[in-house]
Amino acid sequence: MQVEKFYYDNKTVRNFAYATMLWGAVGMLAGLWISLQLIFPSMNITQYGSFGRLRPLHTNAVIFAFVGNGIFMGVYYSLQRLCKARMFSDTLSKIHFWGWQLIIVAAAISLPIGLTNGAEYAELIWPIDVAITLIWVVFGWNMFGTIIKRREKHLYVAIWFYIATFVTVAVLHIVRSFELPYSWLQSYSWFSGVQDALVQWWYGHNAVAFFLTTPYLGMMYYFLPKAANRPVYSYRLSIIHFWALIFLYIWAGPHHLLYTALPNWAQSLGVVFSFMLIFPSWGGMINGLLTLRGAWDRVRDDVILKFMVVAVTAYGMATFEGPMLSLKSVSAISHYTDWIIAHVHVGALGWNGMLTFGILYWLIPRIFNTNLYSKKLANNHFWLGTLGILFYAIPMYWAGVQQSLMWKQFTDAGNLKYPFLETVTYMKPFYAMRSLGGTMFLVGVLIMFYNIYKTVKAGKLVANEPAEAAPLEKEYVKHAGEHWHRWIERKPVQLMVLSLVVILIGGAIEMIPTFLIKENVPTISSVKPYTPLELQGRDIYVREGCYTCHSQMIRPFRSETERYGEYSKAGEFVYDHPFQWGSKRTGPDLAREGAGNLKKSDAWHFRHFREPSSMSEGSIMPAYNFMLEQNLDTSNTAAKINAMRTLGVPYEKGYEKYANEDLMMQAKGISINLKIDSIRISPNKEVIALIAYIQRLGTDISKSANAQK
Amino acid sequence: MGAFFILIGVSILVAGSFLAAFLWSVKNGQYDDDYTPSIRMLFDDEPRQETTITPEIKIPNK
Repeated sequence: MQVEKFYYDNKTVRNFAYATMLWGAVGMLAGLWISLQLIFPSMNITQYGSFGRLRPLHTNAVIFAFVGNGIFMGVYYSLQRLCKARMFSDTLSKIHFWGWQLIIVAAAISLPIGLTNGAEYAELIWPIDVAITLIWVVFGWNMFGTIIKRREKHLYVAIWFYIATFVTVAVLHIVRSFELPYSWLQSYSWFSGVQDALVQWWYGHNAVAFFLTTPYLGMMYYFLPKAANRPVYSYRLSIIHFWALIFLYIWAGPHHLLYTALPNWAQSLGVVFSFMLIFPSWGGMINGLLTLRGAWDRVRDDVILKFMVVAVTAYGMATFEGPMLSLKSVSAISHYTDWIIAHVHVGALGWNGMLTFGILYWLIPRIFNTNLYSKKLANNHFWLGTLGILFYAIPMYWAGVQQSLMWKQFTDAGNLKYPFLETVTYMKPFYAMRSLGGTMFLVGVLIMFYNIYKTVKAGKLVANEPAEAAPLEKEYVKHAGEHWHRWIERKPVQLMVLSLVVILIGGAIEMIPTFLIKENVPTISSVKPYTPLELQGRDIYVREGCYTCHSQMIRPFRSETERYGEYSKAGEFVYDHPFQWGSKRTGPDLAREGAGNLKKSDAWHFRHFREPSSMSEGSIMPAYNFMLEQNLDTSNTAAKINAMRTLGVPYEKGYEKYANEDLMMQAKGISINLKIDSIRISPNKEVIALIAYIQRLGTDISKSANAQK
Repeated sequence: MGAFFILIGVSILVAGSFLAAFLWSVKNGQYDDDYTPSIRMLFDDEPRQETTITPEIKIPNK
């Protein structure tokens, strides 16, 4: 058979590699910065640089910019070689690369200015969500196009991981992005309360699974054997690993919501599947490590293998810990604490970070046709990175367990032993150690920058790398005049993807409006929609990313009900678009901040927002004094009320017309209240709306209790 | 409970599509040989040791 000559596209691979490095450094720097803000609250400089806005910037940058570009770098390099074909279309490659970078830039601008959906890792506003969908389709088109024109019949296991990544991320992103725009930039989640929480963590967990894990496993199965120059330990195991993993992962999401108001059966389902995940995960880890059997002497000398071994080990640690954290009894201790922060960083820094670095050191010299500039510098990077992870994770593990135990500690008299603030100030030394670990990791990355820069300077990019292979035997010859859809019938993969997309869109359009909205009938009759002022205040709460530090979900433990009041009920959240349960208690829970023993005066909240440490000495909360100056934008009140009504919140018809009058009346009330405490502020400031919202929190349910008395 | 049904439906759909892909791959003979693919991927286009990356291309005789 005639051997065909073709060229691999290395330019796109290089571009993605550079983007990976650049955004990696940006994302890690943002992480280091916000970690320092927890020690020095004065580092919250202006509203654009406050923790609540920068933390989403950090997570989005690391996940979608650093790891995202890392995925595309690895896929574009390995897919071409595994398929023995150039990428399907250079134009699509270009659109994909620049489109993705544009999305990242849009994210980097929109998040600090306070445009957010208020859902973790899904913060980006709806126009960006649309752009992500389009670019993702471009990626899939390019990938499947390459697979179709491949010259190697067998689809190597890595390709299967890439396919699963594409399909599942598309589905996750579409479902999580069901939102109703109320302006050109902003929207409300279609789902509310418990349902929104479930959608969120179904999405959130699977983002970890199918964005941070499966594509990187595919890359592990390609780059680790390549770097070690020996076949994977067991190809058969890799096949079992793949299919078992993808079938189990999609059900594990509810383990993020243990002991919350989520129905128990859903929690149990999540626990069972999460636990089962240990088997395929460890199968994969063992397969990776045993690939090096008989070659461990090479790991001693080969820095690339060192990076990869630490990456696979970190994967093993994180996937052992994950199922353990999913057990209800462990979750009772670990949830809301820095333990989870340690867990995700073992994954992100160890698994994603170290594997990315190993691949970069392996790949850059190859596409530049040269040798790595300095193995010694790479070695320094390796040790800084590895020790950095340890310096990060160990203090956070310690801090997490310690803080949780302090939260739960009672005195002999049966009172809570530690005020919340004391458990926060206790964390500071641990936060400092964590920042040190993060700094080490980042310095390692900067050393890599220099090393790669020198390597690139010494070589020359082989933009089009020649290769040759025999074409696949044609199984079917197209005949003239055949029906247009015959091509797809011959291709089960395309058929699968297309039908999936069609069913999803069709199903979504049909189900969402009819099915979801009717059932938002409150199960607790005293739970009423937010007043216009409270709604505006809630949107400020979302804008400022308060959920990054404060939960609104009291679990049914005595230590929590003593501290925060009655545990949270599902019926309390039916009007919450989006839900704001949070996942971390850097600050205290706020679910009943306006009710019971926790209730404070308007003046207290005013002073606290202006300067938190003036009311709680040692508080690490940023000051929000800009809200005392900024006027509340009431021009969108009507649009917001209308949107909420469409989503099923029972505002009366026509209420949007006089909503702003009600808003002003309530605001004046608060303003007068503050005057009594000799605080003079005009009622149209943002802080007034936020106070109104905070004072509303958790009050509905106590109203019904009072009524019964 | 709407979101629950959507998520279960969507999850089953995803799992079902994976099942279809799995059945296709088995029928297609993807797993008839579960050894050589792991070796083959090592050999394809490794740049030759200590030489330039450009291979000499021999045009096969027609």
